[in-house]
Amino acid sequence: MIDARGLSKRFQDKKRGEIRAVDNVSFTCQPGKIYGLLGANGAGKTTTLRMLATILEPTDGTAVVCGHDVIEQPEKVRANVGFLSTATALYPRLTSQEMVEYFGRLNGLDEATLKKRLDDIFNRLDMNGFRDRRCDKLSTGMKQKTSIARTLVHNPPVMIFDEPTNGLDIMTARTITAFIRECRDQGKTVIFSTHIMSEVEKLCDIIGIIHDGKLLTEGTLPQLRQKFAEQDLEEIFVKVVAPHYVLAEAH
Amino acid sequence: MSLRNVGIVYKKELTEALRDRRTLIATIIVPLLMFPVLTIGFGGAMVSLLNKAEKETPKVMILGGEDSPRVVADLKKLEGLQFVDSTPDWKDRIVNKEVGAAVQIPEAFEIDLAKQKLDTVRIYNYKNEIKSELAANHVEKALKKYGENIVKERLAARDLAVSVLNPFEIKQENVAPPEKVGGAAIGGFLGYFVILLCFQGAMHPAIDLTAGEKERGTMETILSSPISRMHLVLGKFFLVLTAALVTAALSVTSMAVSFWGSQKFHAFDTGNASDAGSVQLHISVGAIFSVFLMALPLAVMFSAALLTIALFAKTHKEAQSYITPLIFVVIIPAIAAMLPGVELTPKFALIPILNVSLLFKDLVAGTYHWNSIAIIFGSTCLYAAVALFLAIKMFQRESVLFRS
Repeated sequence: MIDARGLSKRFQDKKRGEIRAVDNVSFTCQPGKIYGLLGANGAGKTTTLRMLATILEPTDGTAVVCGHDVIEQPEKVRANVGFLSTATALYPRLTSQEMVEYFGRLNGLDEATLKKRLDDIFNRLDMNGFRDRRCDKLSTGMKQKTSIARTLVHNPPVMIFDEPTNGLDIMTARTITAFIRECRDQGKTVIFSTHIMSEVEKLCDIIGIIHDGKLLTEGTLPQLRQKFAEQDLEEIFVKVVAPHYVLAEAH
Repeated sequence: MSLRNVGIVYKKELTEALRDRRTLIATIIVPLLMFPVLTIGFGGAMVSLLNKAEKETPKVMILGGEDSPRVVADLKKLEGLQFVDSTPDWKDRIVNKEVGAAVQIPEAFEIDLAKQKLDTVRIYNYKNEIKSELAANHVEKALKKYGENIVKERLAARDLAVSVLNPFEIKQENVAPPEKVGGAAIGGFLGYFVILLCFQGAMHPAIDLTAGEKERGTMETILSSPISRMHLVLGKFFLVLTAALVTAALSVTSMAVSFWGSQKFHAFDTGNASDAGSVQLHISVGAIFSVFLMALPLAVMFSAALLTIALFAKTHKEAQSYITPLIFVVIIPAIAAMLPGVELTPKFALIPILNVSLLFKDLVAGTYHWNSIAIIFGSTCLYAAVALFLAIKMFQRESVLFRS
């Protein structure tokens, strides 16, 4: 379970002064559900997810992931989280298997458990054909599978996906979305960010629309349709975000 | 502190480093090949050039001397010089390197010699041009000898012995043991290379493990794992330190083998290696061991400092542009220590790099001043600790890790 409580992140920029990348964001993600964070580029999605994964520290507020506070126990949080984004690349000079092994060991798995997990994951994701191939020699699809295996090796109860399908071809993107669904079906808590409406419609149980660092609205798709009297998610998104665009322009 | 995680990171970084061609070239190939190539290639080329210049008969022109046929004839008898006819454009011919030197015989030189009147014989040359200087030196030597003979004749005419002019002889003799002579000659040189190669060996891996990770997008991947940032930076640091020490160790070995080889070669060449005038390059194993012991904290300092600086950069290229000027910060004190007369003083003992470099000179010469050794080892350890502390702090700063 993820419980974000007034999460905020401010950066200092030499030219623009203080930037509120994430501003007092609170939400809850339940096990067995997919929470979709929908927002345009620069809305604060990545910063929010990086704070949940304890890669960044919140300036204000906090979040509790699987009972551990992100500020107090960041290492315990990371041990319970699988984090995947287009920015999480693979080590080019390690083989697919070495890459997954490395993260298994860093997660404290003993060699016997690691071997069992590895065989299990490599069979399930059909990765045995390129097990010993170096990551820089893998195709995009193979790389994504290796990344998935890397996030799964310690069997984390919480999965965080930051725009996981960004820039991927349809077939590779489908592997990822199928994997996200599988995580939910296994009872994991899943949060993922995207700016692709169709992905949200297909995957998410709960949708949060984020803009300019603020969480503007959240709910299930039927709830949002009812609230904004619109069927199409894109129209709903525009209705939610447009007034803030006008404000920003006026400002 | 869990050393297990530091070990896991170190092992993984080592696996990657051994598969990286650039790291292998910088850490292993360059230090192994540099000294043989330098000594055999460069040294050999120098020797053959000098030999060629020495063997080539320099062309010399005699200006004037029509009224001094005896002197001119005696001059022309000199071996190792080729005399050419004088031309009015003699200056240009020297500058154009067609003629090595020209000798100006003064007017009525022979008459003046007979009268024992002092004249000046001028030798014209092209300064700092090796062949021209060789020719001029040759002519000067010959003229001096010619003069000495005249002096001998004059003394003989007056029934005087040569010792009237030279009441005694002067001779310098070395009393320092050979390892001290060799140490003074190459101690600074050895230290310079150990320091420079420690730095150079650490440079590439330090960049690859920090800015390189950012550029390849693996930084975020590793930061999402449960390892603490301190363990992560320590694992990386130990790999960079290994590279620094391996580079330094290999280069010293290769340097020793090259010197030994060239000495052997030289011995065959001249047949008198134990010539009193030649420098004996005796370095004891103990001296080499102590040089490495003292280089250890320096390598720690370099590795940590390089990691700190390279981490700040976003790309490999950016990191290189920060670090390249730093090479001078390392080279200047290392060279300063090589200068003759620069000795270890209490003040110098606290200046990083310079202190170790000066100490190397003493160590190689077999001189152990324990007080300075303690001060230098202590202060370098302190600087190394500060650098490592900064590296760990730097890894905890989001503004550095995610600089955009």
